[in-house]
Amino acid sequence: MRNTLAIWQREMKSYFVSPIAYVVLTVFLFLSGFFFYSILTAVIQSTMMQSQFGPGSQPVDVPGIVSRSFFGTTSVVLLFMIPMLTMGLFAEEKRRGTMELLLTSPVSILQVMMGKYLASLTFLVLMFLGSGITFSSLFIFGHPEWKTVLGGYLGLLLYGCALLALGLFISTLTENQIVSVVITFGTILVLWLIESFSSGATGVAKDVLDYLSVIGHLDDFIKGVIDTSHVIYYVTFALMGLFLTYRSLESLRWKS
Amino acid sequence: MIEVEHLTKVYNGRKAVEDISFRVEKGEILGFLGPNGAGKTTTMRILTCYMPATEGTARVAGYDVFEESLEVRKRIGYLPENPPLYHEMTVYSYLDFVARIKGTPPSKRKSHIDDVMQRTNIGDVRGRVIGRLSKGYKQRVGVAQALLNNPEVLVLDEPTIGLDPKQIFEVRSLIKHLAGDHTVILSTHILPEVSMTCNRVVIINNGKVVAMDTPEGLANQMKGAERVALLVDGPAEAVREKLLAVEGVLDVKAEGIDGSPSKVTVECRLNTDLRRTLAAAVVNQGWGLLELRGISVSLEDVFINLITKEE
Ligand SMILES: Nc1ncnc2c1ncn2[C@@H]1O[C@H](COP(=O)(O)OP(=O)(O)OP(=O)(O)O)[C@@H](O)[C@H]1O
Ligand SMILES: [Mg+2]
Repeated sequence: MRNTLAIWQREMKSYFVSPIAYVVLTVFLFLSGFFFYSILTAVIQSTMMQSQFGPGSQPVDVPGIVSRSFFGTTSVVLLFMIPMLTMGLFAEEKRRGTMELLLTSPVSILQVMMGKYLASLTFLVLMFLGSGITFSSLFIFGHPEWKTVLGGYLGLLLYGCALLALGLFISTLTENQIVSVVITFGTILVLWLIESFSSGATGVAKDVLDYLSVIGHLDDFIKGVIDTSHVIYYVTFALMGLFLTYRSLESLRWKS
Repeated sequence: MIEVEHLTKVYNGRKAVEDISFRVEKGEILGFLGPNGAGKTTTMRILTCYMPATEGTARVAGYDVFEESLEVRKRIGYLPENPPLYHEMTVYSYLDFVARIKGTPPSKRKSHIDDVMQRTNIGDVRGRVIGRLSKGYKQRVGVAQALLNNPEVLVLDEPTIGLDPKQIFEVRSLIKHLAGDHTVILSTHILPEVSMTCNRVVIINNGKVVAMDTPEGLANQMKGAERVALLVDGPAEAVREKLLAVEGVLDVKAEGIDGSPSKVTVECRLNTDLRRTLAAAVVNQGWGLLELRGISVSLEDVFINLITKEE
């Protein structure tokens, strides 16, 4: 525990002195702000148009629509940002030779791995907190349902946990950050695009492809529905990523 | 304290280290000497549990480096070939991090780090960012890191590389002071370093141990003859003939251009001191004796000899 904390703290400090983390944070906040306001203005305009045509038409759920599209776009932005948070976690240790320090110190592989994983997760939560400030301005325009907001953020967090674990694993495979980020991004993209392949498939194949899609499992969360099967999907995904990371690190000590 | 038995390491089918065995007693300083690519770093990495051996065993403080890696790692301070530094951290926060993962209790951490910084002379850069330090300072931070938590065994891969002469001297005396309480293995290319700091030397070449002895023992072992060097103001050929006639002289090499003094090397039978006789022989001929000194066989000769004999 104490060791995990030490690793976590060092990793957090290094996030905040590296330009990458600031760029990721700034771009993420800028993009979520930008998308938030363009979605908001688009939705408000369309409701005004609607009310001009038919005064008797149904009232539109502005906060609901805005929050749904907002979480949707955020998940896409994260697709680009998460690989950048994990790319250096092990690749940099290998390149700098500090891996030699970690592996010859009395810390376990599990502690090193968890310290790093939790640091990347903490950074993600900080990003969410930043975008949450933008998002909370929605309360000026109405009362979005708490369930949708919490569901959306919970979904994004689980989605983040899964992708961070994947990125962490890929970071153990190379000592080059660029290679690490490109492979992570490519893998996530494939897992994301699976959904579009599934529309052509039928039967079991379609079910499997649908199930594998990382983004498909987010829909229910965004609607405010917390379905355990989706929670299980993301948690399993994350555990699998961590397991692979563990094995990959452990293999450094294996006799070949 | 350290027992290495029949260690072999194979990288992609190539043997980097082959059947190495040696022991280091508690409190000893062992010098690891060998040309580039001899397998020094590889052996040290196995000893510090960074990577496993292909064959053979190594024990540190009674614990097997493969089976009981954690126990070994608790007792070892390691300076890798490239100091493992986080360039974005300050010296103090880096040492604090290393002390934490090595398990130094929080209450003792600060004074302990101060002590180590003082011993490695890095107190003046404690607040500086490591990435902007000069190479020598980085190396010293690396040494400081290895000393943290007072490990029983220190494994130092080329500890004085990149240091200025004054710091080389200080790091060497630091290492000497460590002996007794600590067991030290250090690798180096610098031969005088071994004779100055180590109790025993292991010379390896192409992954194999070629010699193992005390520095003096090695020098004696190589000694087949005593040698004396002279600088004589006289014709080279005549000097050579005259000196060859001296009782106990095995061989004489003389070189010199007419008019300038001749450089002469005389090989004498072992355990004879012919310096007086040689001096008298030169002076009696009426030549000027400008210089005369005994040449002792240096570790360098031993080293070159062993390494070239191998090939
Ligand atoms: N990771 C690796 N993969 C493949 N071969 C390696 C690896 N590390 C070292 N070697 C090879 O093993 C041999 C021994 O290398 P090692 O680094 O142990 O030598 P060394 O004695 O430390 O040399 P130097 O004095 O240059 O530091 C070399 O031939 C080297 O090329
Ligand atoms: Mg080396």
